[in-house]
Amino acid sequence: MSSSHARLRVKTAIFAALVVVTNVSGNFFLKRGMPADLPSPLAYIGVLFRPWVALGVSLLIVWLLSRMALLSWADLSYVVPVTAIGYVLVALTGRLFLNERISPTRWAGIVLIMAGVSLVSIATKPQTWRTKSPPVEVHQ
Amino acid sequence: MRWLFIAIIVSADTVGEVMETLGMRRHGEIRDFRPGAIGRALALMARNRLVIGAVGAMAISFFAYLALLAVSDLSFAVPVTAVTCVLETVAAKYFLKEHVNWLRWAGASLVICGVVLVSL
Repeated sequence: MSSSHARLRVKTAIFAALVVVTNVSGNFFLKRGMPADLPSPLAYIGVLFRPWVALGVSLLIVWLLSRMALLSWADLSYVVPVTAIGYVLVALTGRLFLNERISPTRWAGIVLIMAGVSLVSIATKPQTWRTKSPPVEVHQ
Repeated sequence: MRWLFIAIIVSADTVGEVMETLGMRRHGEIRDFRPGAIGRALALMARNRLVIGAVGAMAISFFAYLALLAVSDLSFAVPVTAVTCVLETVAAKYFLKEHVNWLRWAGASLVICGVVLVSL
């Protein structure tokens, strides 16, 4: 493995972790701050000023930007399954912070997701499209 | 009604993420993470039509998801919308010309089965 491949792997791992952590924590804080119902479109704007909702939205903005950065070099067919580890984190944070019980079926699901994520992340390269067609230069 | 929301979510998500990937590829690999360089990259991205389209599609998908959650349970909404995982892999192969080998297909399928079990 050349040094540029190793560098790409490390960079991809850091950004994939950032994408997952900001998504899971952002949604967690968003749910924590959301009222039970929003009667009018105006109420959707009003909730943005609640502290937990504002924190959740800020984390989701970081999520969006870090995923865009990740997709500037990594394959979509790599990013989508790898960041699915977030589903596992959601289930585990539910157990840790909210004392939810994880049923055997859920554990089976967690194992399947972990297997899928490791298959894609360990056994395939983050970037395959560049080898086929050169990157398009943009002149702005 | 809920199937309409699901159709909107799944198609907006898939179209949005394909546009996002194309837009960011056109932008080029982000290598410089100093604040000034990030600012310049953001300014370029804000003028990138594919990125703007992608953010619009994701906003549509987000509000359709909120609407779906209002009429159905999370345990229904999460696995059904995980279908996008497979659609995006198909789109990555045919639109984005990625090499989707059997390991990636297997990985994406395992993830979908797992998501369904987790939300049961």
